[in-house]
Amino acid sequence: MTEPIFISEYRNPKQERRKKLMIEIGIIVAILIILAVVMPLALPTFRLKLLGRFLALAIVALGIDLIWGYTGLLSLGHGIFFALGGYGIAMYLKLNGPEGPMPEFFTLYGVDQLPWFWQPFFSFPVTLIAVVLIPSLVAGIFGYLVFRNRIRGVYFSILTQAALLVFFNVFNGQQEWINGTNGLKTDQDFFFGMVVNSPQAQITFYELTIIFLLLTYALCRWLTSGRLGRALIAIRDDETRVRFTGYNPTEFKTLVFALSGAIAGVAGALYVPQTGIITPNIMEVAFSIEMVIWVAVGGRGTLIGAIIGALVVNFAQTFLSEQFAEVWLFFQGALFLLVVTVLPDGLVGWFKTWLDSARSLLGLQEKLIGYPAIDKDPDIQKERQEIEH
Amino acid sequence: MGNNILEIENLTVSFDGFKAINNLNFSMEAGELRTIIGPNGAGKTTFLDIITGKTQPTEGRVYFQGRSLLGQSEHKVARLGIGRKFQTPRVYLNLTVRENLDLACNRSKSVLKTFFSKPSSSDKRNVAGLLETIGLFPKAELKAALLSHGEKQRLEIGMLVAQSPDLLLVDEPVAGLTDEETENVGSLLIALAESHSIIVIEHDMEFVRQIARKVTVLHQGSVLCEGTMDEVQNDPRVIEVYLGSEEV
Repeated sequence: MTEPIFISEYRNPKQERRKKLMIEIGIIVAILIILAVVMPLALPTFRLKLLGRFLALAIVALGIDLIWGYTGLLSLGHGIFFALGGYGIAMYLKLNGPEGPMPEFFTLYGVDQLPWFWQPFFSFPVTLIAVVLIPSLVAGIFGYLVFRNRIRGVYFSILTQAALLVFFNVFNGQQEWINGTNGLKTDQDFFFGMVVNSPQAQITFYELTIIFLLLTYALCRWLTSGRLGRALIAIRDDETRVRFTGYNPTEFKTLVFALSGAIAGVAGALYVPQTGIITPNIMEVAFSIEMVIWVAVGGRGTLIGAIIGALVVNFAQTFLSEQFAEVWLFFQGALFLLVVTVLPDGLVGWFKTWLDSARSLLGLQEKLIGYPAIDKDPDIQKERQEIEH
Repeated sequence: MGNNILEIENLTVSFDGFKAINNLNFSMEAGELRTIIGPNGAGKTTFLDIITGKTQPTEGRVYFQGRSLLGQSEHKVARLGIGRKFQTPRVYLNLTVRENLDLACNRSKSVLKTFFSKPSSSDKRNVAGLLETIGLFPKAELKAALLSHGEKQRLEIGMLVAQSPDLLLVDEPVAGLTDEETENVGSLLIALAESHSIIVIEHDMEFVRQIARKVTVLHQGSVLCEGTMDEVQNDPRVIEVYLGSEEV
């Protein structure tokens, strides 16, 4: 009979969180089934290969999102780490292919002994470790030197791009090491007894890509949901404050940059066998900038946005360049301008606002009348309820 | 020395020959609430920069609890137990009020420990207590970007306390606040003074009168005089500095 005066509007945050997590896991499982089971049956081999490559690119996008979307460091040099991973796997495939143990191109340049840094790549486990470790070490050392000197913002971006050019030129110039500008062709090599180019091997790489995309997503999700994730956002929002709170931002940024490099390395290693070749062109400036565009289009600061952005932009690219070969570059430029000016939170952000307004149109959610700061203020909500009763 | 929490000897800071701090001596006992006033350009903010490791002095020594602070970087000074509040409120706008406090509250601030540690139950209790103290409990789950200016000021002070420092440095905490909020911040600082040593830098004389016990006046990078509010206000040198001397 006596109604409680104050009906709590607060939902139990723990329950709420668990519910959200269950929904997320459900969606992920559904997408996984579609990608891993339905797509291979539905798509022709050629399209499936494209999808596989784009999923590998989505992995890099996650790495970029981690450092740019969450930590606020805009890297224009992720092509380095992507290429390091890609070259790692290509060297393994070359050494174990029909040309191995001495890939043919060496004879062109009069090299008769396998260079020392090729030796470890005979072994598959070592290759796996190298694909992760080398990019993360390069990123970690580079990052440490830059962050220790408190280089930030545009200056950081310029340095990453300069580093990219250095790597590009080294790889391009060193013919007797890694076949220079011709790159390494892998499609006729062997991967556990399968020819890399064969449908059987390709489906293996495709499924592996899905597994690694899932693992990377889980890693990033775990990283960004706890204290570390909040520390990263704090560094993005106000690094000085973080420093005066007793954290050393250099440590955090170095760790995240190294992780992001490792992720790019893994992505490169998955991308190369599905492409069939790796050349230093993978370290072109434009490609590294494209990676950033994917994340911007999808929505930085949201992991799912990075994946969606990578897929949408790349499929749009394929589609448009198939139909109108010349248009793509203009379209890409326009896309970037559009995202920067109209959709600063990318597709995901746009979708969220749209969802909110659709909900309030349908009456599913109370429409906010004033500022959210006022309308959602628990004090004010409580007062309103007291007036109503 | 003995009981002094902060001890500064013959401190000089020059930027390209300009002496922002000039042969300054300062000491403060543990548990004190000290207010520092001074006209613009007196070196108040530089003074805080030196203590917190943001700027390194040209000459002189700085001791905190008997330990030298020279050559220490900001995060190390913070870990020793010195918290600093900036002039404008600096909180993490994209985190909730609770998350803001939790980050400051975290006891082990190295990257790996932050990575793997979950907020302990004592941390959670600390944060809940602080939310009460700064009066933001109902807004704990709101993003800091949605707070008003005064609430952000209080949140930042809360974050300082969450670090559980021994010495709080507070730079103009009431600039741009309404009278009511000014009082709030004042009583918050007085409450905190019971368990912390605090240095407040302020321009607002009303506010200084509300909180001040001992006042230090800085002028041209040195200590001009020290004493209670009344002593300082009646000191002819202070009047001269603030109002200009009659001869000019």
